[in-house]
Amino acid sequence: MTEIIAYTMYTLLFISLYFEVFLLITFFEWQSYNKKRASYTTQKQLEPSTTIIVPCFNVENTVVKTIHSLLALNYPKEKLSLIIVDDGSTDNTWETVQQFATHSQISLFQKENGGKHTALNFALNHTTSELVGCLDADSFVDTNALREIVRYFDDPQTMAVTPAIKVHKPRTLVQYIQKAEYSLSVFIRRVFSHINTIFITPGPFSIFRRQLFETVGIYKAAHNTEDLEIALRIQDYDYKIENAHTAMVYTTTPETFRKLFRQRLRWSYGFIKNIYDYRHLFFSRKNINLGFLILPFAALSIFSALYFVSVAIASLLGNIISKIIEVQIIGGSAFIGSFDLFYINTHALIFIVSAIVVITLSFILIGKKISQEQQLWSYDILVYLFLYGFLTPLWLVKAVYNVAFSQKTKW
Amino acid sequence: MDWKKYTSAFVITSIIFFTAITLSSYFNDKRIDEIKSIENTIAVDILSLETEFELFQELSCDRVAEKPVLSSELGSLGQRLNYTERSLGTNNTEVMRLKQSYSLLEIKDFLLMKQIAEKCDNIDPIFIFYFYSNSGDCKDCTKEGHVLTALKQKYPTVRIYSFDYHLALSVLKTFISINNIENNLPALLIDDTVYYGFHSVEDIEEILPELEELQKIDEERGEEV
Repeated sequence: MTEIIAYTMYTLLFISLYFEVFLLITFFEWQSYNKKRASYTTQKQLEPSTTIIVPCFNVENTVVKTIHSLLALNYPKEKLSLIIVDDGSTDNTWETVQQFATHSQISLFQKENGGKHTALNFALNHTTSELVGCLDADSFVDTNALREIVRYFDDPQTMAVTPAIKVHKPRTLVQYIQKAEYSLSVFIRRVFSHINTIFITPGPFSIFRRQLFETVGIYKAAHNTEDLEIALRIQDYDYKIENAHTAMVYTTTPETFRKLFRQRLRWSYGFIKNIYDYRHLFFSRKNINLGFLILPFAALSIFSALYFVSVAIASLLGNIISKIIEVQIIGGSAFIGSFDLFYINTHALIFIVSAIVVITLSFILIGKKISQEQQLWSYDILVYLFLYGFLTPLWLVKAVYNVAFSQKTKW
Repeated sequence: MDWKKYTSAFVITSIIFFTAITLSSYFNDKRIDEIKSIENTIAVDILSLETEFELFQELSCDRVAEKPVLSSELGSLGQRLNYTERSLGTNNTEVMRLKQSYSLLEIKDFLLMKQIAEKCDNIDPIFIFYFYSNSGDCKDCTKEGHVLTALKQKYPTVRIYSFDYHLALSVLKTFISINNIENNLPALLIDDTVYYGFHSVEDIEEILPELEELQKIDEERGEEV
């Protein structure tokens, strides 16, 4: 039994390390490609007409700031429209947005509550611009975000472009953990983009060609993760999703563990359900990188995370129980001991896990660097590396349970 | 499909894995070398003491009384061996050989101290023989190990010899047979009496009231130094 556990552990570690090495190689490949591209790309500025949809549900405290950040975008005013859709808010969101009722760039709509995807589809019916995007009402854009994104639409194959999302003003420990996580996502999305394997177009400021919705269809409920489903659908149609790592968007993240758990449960549940719906993409020759590596690894990562944490917790509990027995027998002297190099754990597992942690750390730092973060080394990296691994399995377990016992998740 | 990239990633990952395994193996080999070195040192020390005692019998009694050797070195060696066995597994051939050597050294130490005790009036060692098993058939062995470690810390000059009951060593099998020690572990052999099952520090102090006297002597020696 111990051997089976050990072999499984080593296999999963090998796969995890392989994935990280693959991403690193792809990143260097992109860097080289990007340098060459910069030398021959024309400097012609693209300025297609763009509509940004802001779906609202009980966001009276943040929606004004979101709208102001959009109005401050460095983009021709006549080419930029905003559609604010109040999806049946029960607070003063509708009253709050009335201050923009007469603004030439803004259209306000109110509808019965039906979920974010219904608000987006409603707005799609009210726009004719070339590009369409969405910005959650608790997020804010950098003034150059749209300019940085539209550059990638010079390729006619590109149907969607995702931004670099960062955490807006982190205050709590939970938010600092997410700060490092989002920096890691900046790196991953940049690399995925290079091999056209992005499978999530995040809510905050992902921009699409409007004609895409005429081809692939409008947003679906998609288990409350319409941003994931639409991206998988785009991949299914063999279109391209790009990433603009210099288009900065700041989002308000959950500040408590309870709220984070709720959000991540929805994401994890949505992920499992959507990749099941799109299981035909697995091992599809249409997009080999996506079908043979990225999606299988993403699916396996659920099992891996649960497995690793289970083994770690079992080991920790075993050590704690042994120590308790020792203390019961010999008292406090169980904690006294001199440091001896002989007893330092030099199991191969330690070195392999260290390599994985070091590479993950490099991903976070690269993510911060390419998204022009001022301070690369900061407290968020430490708390992420030490704590995140123990949090993730909590919502993964619940998500797997919900999927297995057909229990839906809520916003 | 970019086979070159997939293959490169595989090769690099394999190199990292191989390096990790090699590093781990290197440190394990260093541990085993250290244990071997300690065993060789102890073997030489035992031989030296044996020889000295045979050559200068009466003088050696004083020297042994002044500087009790080997007890703590054997204890430290035992702990290192225990840790290495846990790290490398009970089936590791090298570890088994080291365990056999260690057990032989323990028996050698016991025989020498017994001989010295018979000839030297000022030396009266207390011997405790502990039989355990790592094969999963002794649920109290870990606890008993902690007890004996605590006992050793409290009475540094007590000579505690630990033996793996199932170790393939003929002299150990003979010793077990002579003393009629059954496969009911943990087992303690104290003053020709075998005690089975878990015994706490207090239990052992009750069995050996002379431990208290030994502690006083050790404290006096400590003060003189």
